[in-house]
Amino acid sequence: MEKTEEIKKRLKDLFVSQNLAVLATHQDGQPYTSLVAFAATDDLKHIFFVTPRATRKFANLTADSRVAVLVNSSINQPSDFHQAVSVTVVGSAEEINGPEREQHLQNYVAKHPHLVDFAKSPTCALVRVTAKSYYMVKNFQNVMELHITE
Amino acid sequence: MNLIVPASKVDDKDSKRIGGKGYALASLAKKGFNIPETLCVTKEVYNEYVTRTGLRERILLELHRKEFKEMRWEEIWDCATRIRNMFLRTPMPAELEASLKDAIASRLSGKSVVVRSSAPEEDAASSSFAGLHESYLNIEGTDAVLEHIRKVWASLWSDAALLYRQEIGLDVEKSSMAVVLQEIVVGDRSGVAFTENPNDRSQGVIESVYGLNQGLVDGEIEPDRWIMDRMKKKIITHIPAKRKQWIIPFKNGVQLSPLPDTMSNQPPLSPKEAHNVFALAMKAEDFFKTPQDVEWTFRDNDLFVLQSRPITTASSKTSEDNRSWYLSLHRSFENLKGLRKKIEEDLIPGMIAEANHLAEIDLAILSDHNLSEEIKRRWEINHKWVNIYWEEFIPFAHGVRLFGQVYNDVMHPEDPYEFIDLLTRTDMASLERNRMLEDLAAHIRNDHHLREQLKEGRYPDVELVFTRKMDNFIKQFGDLTCAVTGGKQCVLGTDPLVKILLEMAAHPSTASADRKSNRTAALIEKFLNQFDEDKRSEANEMLELARTSYQLRDDDNIYLGRIEAQLMAAIQAARHRLEDQKQKKGDAVEPNVLSELLADLDHRAKTSSPYKNTPSPTLEIKPRQLIGQPAGPGISRGKARVIQQHTDLSDFKFGEVLVCDAVDPNMTFVIPLASGVVERRGGMLIHGAIIAREYGLPCVTGIPDATELIKTGNEITVDGYLGIVTVGPEEI
Repeated sequence: MEKTEEIKKRLKDLFVSQNLAVLATHQDGQPYTSLVAFAATDDLKHIFFVTPRATRKFANLTADSRVAVLVNSSINQPSDFHQAVSVTVVGSAEEINGPEREQHLQNYVAKHPHLVDFAKSPTCALVRVTAKSYYMVKNFQNVMELHITE
Repeated sequence: MNLIVPASKVDDKDSKRIGGKGYALASLAKKGFNIPETLCVTKEVYNEYVTRTGLRERILLELHRKEFKEMRWEEIWDCATRIRNMFLRTPMPAELEASLKDAIASRLSGKSVVVRSSAPEEDAASSSFAGLHESYLNIEGTDAVLEHIRKVWASLWSDAALLYRQEIGLDVEKSSMAVVLQEIVVGDRSGVAFTENPNDRSQGVIESVYGLNQGLVDGEIEPDRWIMDRMKKKIITHIPAKRKQWIIPFKNGVQLSPLPDTMSNQPPLSPKEAHNVFALAMKAEDFFKTPQDVEWTFRDNDLFVLQSRPITTASSKTSEDNRSWYLSLHRSFENLKGLRKKIEEDLIPGMIAEANHLAEIDLAILSDHNLSEEIKRRWEINHKWVNIYWEEFIPFAHGVRLFGQVYNDVMHPEDPYEFIDLLTRTDMASLERNRMLEDLAAHIRNDHHLREQLKEGRYPDVELVFTRKMDNFIKQFGDLTCAVTGGKQCVLGTDPLVKILLEMAAHPSTASADRKSNRTAALIEKFLNQFDEDKRSEANEMLELARTSYQLRDDDNIYLGRIEAQLMAAIQAARHRLEDQKQKKGDAVEPNVLSELLADLDHRAKTSSPYKNTPSPTLEIKPRQLIGQPAGPGISRGKARVIQQHTDLSDFKFGEVLVCDAVDPNMTFVIPLASGVVERRGGMLIHGAIIAREYGLPCVTGIPDATELIKTGNEITVDGYLGIVTVGPEEI
């Protein structure tokens, strides 16, 4: 069995290698998914993304902060079934304002330099997802859970 | 692999990396031609830069906001402007900068250089990018050279280059650019030599000017010309020029100066020198085995080759879209100065006089025959001014663009359209009209009795300050029923002017468009301070020209509208007269000169309308988020008011978003009521964007099918920062 440190490394590698994640929110119980460009912190506590405030996903997560985020390494090939790793993050989302925002935004833009204009638009919110637990799937059916405890 | 290669060290396998221009120079150097010291900055440097800074993806995101084929030329220009600003604002990664600096220091230390484009796709015999990409002369200092390398790279994405690559089917995703750094040889005489005259293959042509040859290449200076016999290698004729100016090095750049008298009386080349130049060009042709276009210069009687490339026959301008016509709108500063004089002193007063003169004619006393002649005459007059509009006014609009580029080059602003804030003028005719409307609305707001009267549809019959002001307004701008300014009674039985005024009066006075003046003054000062004293007046002149150009973009439509309104007034008079005749005589009225003319005009007029009239598709498509161009910063939310025809404007309510196919200045009287502007036609410098910026309203332009996808009453969010419009409620 993989040790905690190995799992953490695997998660970190996946988060560095992938640019896009699927965000799940809901509206009155109706699930709703969106694709977002994300960046994760090294300590695996947080995932950040940017969204215009006029979007459904933003309205949904404002109404209920509980969200899930899926990151995976599939490449749309048969080999995905034995090679791809997929991670579901469950946690709560909030918009970040104030002095913290600038620092986190810089890290975000460092990962997605081409999104600089989008990320810095005054109409966009920087959203932070605080992870409660990770569910990692690999080798097709092998599922490991990682719960964050303070 | 070396990222930077001196011309003398280039070998065959480098040809793809250093571009046609660099490779041709290196080949000539090897063959013993006299060329200036030259460094080739390979395309890998470009690729490294755009990849590591994230620019590659930003450029492609920008280019893919919309299908390229659907973009108007203005949108392509905007796109190019934003991309150019990205290059200006993105420094080179430190390592890359260090290796470039080392190479420049070892070969070109302390020398002024020319920074030339050398795109790998350039100069191939099958495609000619000649003149599409930029070159910069007389650049001093390593930092300045590095900055100009970025500018040359940016020119890979100029409007002209984008259109040309599209036309010949090159993949933009694979485009890259090598650069040639060449020691500047300050020649006293320069020119080009074509070893084969495209009009007569037995001949060659030499063109020559005093000083540097940039003026010749740009077409600013008329050259002396020699027609050569290819076989006998002899001069057939010499066609002297009126030699008045030359281009000479000046600080970090060059400048156009008057030519000293001693030179203006003397051709730049003696017959013997012309022979030498031609012999050199023929030698290049022998070497490359195809007719050459050689740029050369004499310094103290030493002849240098600056570049040599295959002659390309003028590219076939068979392209069906007229976007390439727009490229001809790129005008030089000198050309625009001349145009400004003509427009201000001649054309605008002419238009005003024409409209006033027509307004004085009493149509009621004309016989049917004379009225029909008058309509024909007005049709011709209107037609004449429309042509002048396209030939003189539209090209003059380039003054704004020219200034924009200079401003961005000097200021590197975060917002590539900051320059528009320096051009704001409160004396634009459309703003003057809107101020008068606000004044009239204030009367209604403050006078309960008047308000009630107007609401009941009764117009005050006593002479009031208000009625006098109304008459004055209608005299100047019409009653707002017509699609052109100055027209009256285009729609019977409605009174849009009163409707709009009541709506304005029902709400507190909206922000006036004057509030930006302080910021404008500060920006202007900051801009002018970037120039040394001797260059400041030229910069100021360019700014003034741009301000005039900016104002005219709006005003010309209004002046033109007044002339068109006079044509419409005559047509209207004819219609009323026919109606009257019908009433008197019943249906027994014979077709006469007036009815025939009107039928003919109806037929002709069907072609142009600013409102798109395509039927809605049967499949229901519901938009949620539409992407266009960010054309006025800000965000707002409101109900959409979609304008399908001019009369829809009179229903405009406070706080609504104006959604339109193409805003023109004759429609912008509703702007003081609006909370945002959305337009199908794209561009940053179109009327909708201009007036939205004046009022500080968020604006998004270039949304295909905006007036079909968005419906009146839809709740929409206009994000003028990102250029997106979000439609409808959030329910899934």
